[in-house]
Parts: sequence; C-alpha cells; structure tokens
Amino acid sequence: MPDVDFVQLLTPEGERVEHPDYSFTGDDETVRGLYRDMVLTRRLDVEATALQRHGELGIWAQLLGQEAAQIGAGRALRQQDYVFPTYREHGVAWCRGVDPLRLLGLFRGVDFGGWNPSDHNFNLYTIVIGAQTLHATGYAMGVQRDGVVGTGDPDRDTAVVAHLGDGATSQGDVNEAFVFAASYQAPVVFFCQNNQWAISEPTTRQSVIPLYRRADGFGFPGIRVDGNDVLATYAVMQSALQRARDGGGPTLVEAYTYRMGAHTTTDDPTRYRHSDEVEHWKLRDPIARVEAHLRRNGLADGEFFEQVAREAEELGVHLREGCRQLPEPVVTDLFDRVYTEISPELADQRDEFADYVGSFEEAVR
Amino acid sequence: MTTMKLTLAKALNAGLRKAMEDDPKVVLMGEDIGRLGGVFRVTDGLQKDFGEDRVVDSPLAESGIVGTAVGMALRGYKPVVEIQFDGFVYPAYDQIVTQVAKFHFRSGGRIPMPMVIRIPFGGGIGAVEHHSESPEAQFAHTPGLKVVACSNPADAYWMIQQAIASPDPVIFLEPKRQYHAGAVEVDLDATPDPLFTSKVAREGDDVTVCAYGPTVGVALRAADAAAGEGRSLEVIDLRTLSPLDLGPVEESVRRTGRCLVVHEAHVNLGVGAEVAARLTESCFYSLEAPVLRVGGLDTPYPPARAEHQWLPDLDRVLDAVDRSFAW
Ligand SMILES: Cc1ncc(C[n+]2csc(CCOP(=O)(O)OP(=O)(O)O)c2C)c(N)n1
Repeated sequence: MPDVDFVQLLTPEGERVEHPDYSFTGDDETVRGLYRDMVLTRRLDVEATALQRHGELGIWAQLLGQEAAQIGAGRALRQQDYVFPTYREHGVAWCRGVDPLRLLGLFRGVDFGGWNPSDHNFNLYTIVIGAQTLHATGYAMGVQRDGVVGTGDPDRDTAVVAHLGDGATSQGDVNEAFVFAASYQAPVVFFCQNNQWAISEPTTRQSVIPLYRRADGFGFPGIRVDGNDVLATYAVMQSALQRARDGGGPTLVEAYTYRMGAHTTTDDPTRYRHSDEVEHWKLRDPIARVEAHLRRNGLADGEFFEQVAREAEELGVHLREGCRQLPEPVVTDLFDRVYTEISPELADQRDEFADYVGSFEEAVR
Repeated sequence: MTTMKLTLAKALNAGLRKAMEDDPKVVLMGEDIGRLGGVFRVTDGLQKDFGEDRVVDSPLAESGIVGTAVGMALRGYKPVVEIQFDGFVYPAYDQIVTQVAKFHFRSGGRIPMPMVIRIPFGGGIGAVEHHSESPEAQFAHTPGLKVVACSNPADAYWMIQQAIASPDPVIFLEPKRQYHAGAVEVDLDATPDPLFTSKVAREGDDVTVCAYGPTVGVALRAADAAAGEGRSLEVIDLRTLSPLDLGPVEESVRRTGRCLVVHEAHVNLGVGAEVAARLTESCFYSLEAPVLRVGGLDTPYPPARAEHQWLPDLDRVLDAVDRSFAW
C-alpha cells in the first residue's frame, strides 16, 4: 500500500488534525449527524445484502466502507444542487431524502428507480459506466444559462455533482465530460470514489498517475481527500461545490477509499485480491473513527448511540417489510411508458398482448 | 474419439484455449477477463496459462478495447474481444460500425479485419437493466460484419474456433442464460459444420420453427409439448444471422407450409422480419400461412420480475403455432 497524500481532518484513530487549506466548520451536532447518517447507510447496505441473500433482491451493489465518502459528499450539498449518481450512491440518496426502500426496486427488478428525480434533485442511478458524467455537465450548462451561478445568493447559486468510480475514469464519456466542463467552466464537481477496484481490476490498470492529477491536463483543479474521513470529505466537497456555485468552474475530487465488500453480491473478490488488503483497510473504518472521536471527547453520550442503534433497527424493519410489498411490474403497463404519445402500432401490440395474457386467465377460470 | 463433458461456458473456454494453442497471434482482450476469468468465467484460467500479453485485462473502456483491437489486427494479431454484457457494447458501437466493419471495404480489399467480438446476449437471468439485451439486428444490419449465435456446448466449442479463424470480423453472440446450464458430451474430434450454416435441430412435418441462441431451447421444448398435442414441429437453429443461411429453412417450409421465427430481440425490424421477407419471396406458393414472428415486445427490456412475461416462451410459441394453423 503506497503512502498517499490526501486531505485528512480526522485520523483513523479519531484524532482531529489540521490542514492548511481545508477545515471542518460544522459543530458537534453536525458531527453527530454525520455519524448517524453513516450508521444508517451501513445498515441499509447490510439489510439489502441480506435481502439479496434471501432471494428478495436479484443483486445488490454494496457500499460497505464508502459511507464517509458518500455522506461527506451528500451532506455538503445545498437543497438546490443536483446529483448524478452511479448505482452505488445509496448514502448520497439517503442525504437527498430518498426513501431507502425506493432504492431496492432496481435491484429487486420491479422498476428502474422508484423515486422521482426532480423531487430530490437526485437523478436515477446510471449503470452504464461514465454516461452520467456528461449528463451532469450538460445539466450544469443549463444551470449557467439559468443565471444561477455566481449571483452571490446562497439559496440560488447551484452546483451539480457527477459521481463516478475509478474504473469509470477510463471511459471516453468521462474524458469528454472533463473537456466540456472545462471548456464552458460548468458548475460541476466530479466526485470520484476511488475504491481501489473496478470489479477485479485495480486502479493501477486505469491510471499510472493518481486520479486527481488527471484534472490538471484538462485545465481544472483536482484534489484528493481521505474518503474514509467524513469530515475531510465534507470540507473538501463544500469548498469544491462553493467554487462551482461561485462560477469558478469544475473540480475533480478523488475520494480515496476502499470497497470493503464484493463488487456486487454476485462477485467473488477472493479470486483477485488478498485478504490482508482488506484487513489493512478495516483499520481505517470510516464509522469507527467518528465514534472514537465522539466518545473520547465526550461529544455524545450512551443515549445518543442507543438512539442511533434503535433507528437502524427501525430502518431494517422498514426495508425488510417494505421490500416484499414493492409493486410488481405489469408488462401491459410498460407499453404506455415507451413514448409520451404511444404510437398506433405499439398500442395494437399492447392490446393484443393484453388479450393474449387475458386468454390464460380465462382458461384458468 | 475424445469427448469432454462441457457446459456452454466451459466449451467456449476450451475452444478459446484450442484457438490460442493453434495460433500464437490470437489475443484475448476485455474487462475482468484475466485474473477473474470474466464475469461469466468464460476465460477462466487462460491468463494463467497464456500470460498477460495474450489475455489482456483492459481498462474500463469499450471503445478503447475495440479501437485498440483494430490496431492489433492491423499489426497481424487476431483479437478476440469480450464485451462484458450486451448493453455495454454501445460505447464501442462507433468503432465497430465505422471502423471494424469497413476496413476491408475501404482498403479496396487489401486489408482484412480478423476480429471476434464476443457478446453475452439475451435475458432470463434476473439481471438489472442493460444486462439482458439482444442487439443482433443492429450488427446484422451493418454490411462488413458477420453475426453468429451459438446455442449449445458443441456448437460453442467449434463456432468460436471457426470465428477466430475467419478473416472477417465476427460478432459472436453467446446465450448468457445457458452458460452454466447442463453439461453435455462434446466430441473434440468431430468434423464441425461450416460456420455460416444453419442446421436442423429437430425434425418435424407440420411447422418450421426458426430460432437461434437462447430461443433454440425454447423452440425444442415447444416441439416436445406440441408433439403431445399431435403436432410435429421442425426446429431449425439458424446459427448465423449475417449471412443468413435459409437453405435448410426453405427446404423445410416447402414441406410444412408454415413457419415461425422466435427470438428474444424486439420483433419490429428484427431478424424475424428479414427471414419472413425472404421466405415470402422464395417459398410464396408453399406457404399456408404468413411467417409469424415471436419475440421480445417493442418496449425496452423490462424490469427483471416481468421478464418471464416479456420474453418469448413455450406458450407464446405454441400460441403462434395455433395461429398459424388457424389462418
Ligand atoms: C459501459 C459499461 N461497461 C461495463 C460495465 C460493467 N461494469 C459494471 S460496474 C464495473 C466496474 C466499475 O468500476 P468503478 O467505475 O471503479 O466503480 P465501482 O463499481 O468500483 O464503484 C463494470 C466494468 C458497465 N456497467 N458499463
């Protein structure tokens, strides 16, 4: 494991440290909130993984180990900001107020994302690697045209976040997004969670220089942050987002973290990585360090931790009970979603198909 | 006679291994195909045995993979590209359609483009979106590309080797839901049928059912069920979609007078439409009913829990048989 240079404000042991350029401005209440978010996000992940094991989900993309990166990035947002996630951003979805149950639909196979993106300023998950980075950039170009960049009004100036993984940085779409964002100085932050692996391929297959330095060549700043440090991620993202809102243009933030779990529940990481690597990262757990900090400095009492644990239990029940009740997809309904105005030939196909399905129901009766 | 008991995935693995042993210019390229052996394990163990220069874990960029494969081919190599899932071929679509397909043509026939692009295709595995698609028509519609689909382990073993030996670029479609289905004995000393030919998979007298890839199994099961009702279906495994080999189909249709084409791809402007049009020309006076298409509905692929309804299944095939007879 190379020693990496990144912005860190809370050590793995839970010590607050200073950084010349970034500081965490939140109060103790904010830290407790970030802790709660991370615990609940982890619970959501654990619960969804269990639901997959029980056959309730077809697959689940785990975020275990990436809670700090996602909560730090998610809580640095303002209401008016807009987020373009990959398929793993369950923690950011949580911060955007999406009911975690809605995240399960895609993985259960009942829909493609059960939330309305415009209710949460949180786009649907994008599975095609990198595609969303261009959408984010284009959305940010729209924001520019709406005149809500650099007005100085904190409730109007808007930034956009494109989430991506380390593997994604190889895609043409991502590199084109960097070009467009730089060319137009679009108010977008590229938030790359370098979790060290793209399925079985290490980040070194994608890049021989640290990812954050890619930004240099495109002409905008890149910064690497300890992605297992929620305070640092929060601070760095706040700064990058503010720069975008102020009209300063794009930033690439590389959150240096680790995918503790498998790529998805269908993956078997023992085929390509060593367990000592996983052990190494266990010592850098994003939640444990905040808990250590809170406890050691008396910033939270037993009642607080119990309360969070109770909420986690409730969330578990909500997911377990709700998952089985998610409405099943109905094929005849799908036809009506293909176009805003269904074509006559598709309407015919829908009706014929409905008759066909109906003929079985009659036969049963 | 040497035989091996192989699943479709293992047969492809054995075929790839044989091709790599026979020709040192064969190079495999793709995401996660090395140490992991591919997400479906089709290339399992090949990097260990042939090294990282011949089994290349590529950066995550499909246009990059196919584009660099073009360059490798120009340098005399025979790239075999793995696209991880059907829905992720599109970043490479530009390279495939504008470069791979046209090189031989543009060079006045001087420069061949021997390349195989392997694509796991089709649904039925309960996957999330973009993992269950059937894009064959988009490639079959492109002059310069040949498109084949295997449906069983023996064909997989031979067809992959033949595709690699072909001097033209071949889109090689693999029915992913059958990768790990039942292993069968494959005769490794057999003389395989030529690559670009279709084949009768089951003989019958009443209706000709054309299928390929994952729907061959569906058609065969429908034939079993129909036999119970006194109807005899002849099932033809098309195997090659571009070029199409309709000789055996025409011979069959002249006897049966009825024909269905079954594929998972959307019916609109699909392979079935082409088969129907050609049969209308070649067998017009033999047909007792129009050629009927049974396929995926003309919506994007549905969420997994609706796929069993969306995909053509035994009932939809039998329903089409009834409709053909009722004509
Ligand atoms: C265009 C495209 N190609 C391939 C895939 C298959 N695939 C899904 S996730 C993945 C690895 C992604 O790695 P990374 O960008 O690092 O994100 P992570 O999954 O680690 O969060 C691949 C290859 C895909 N979804 N889209």
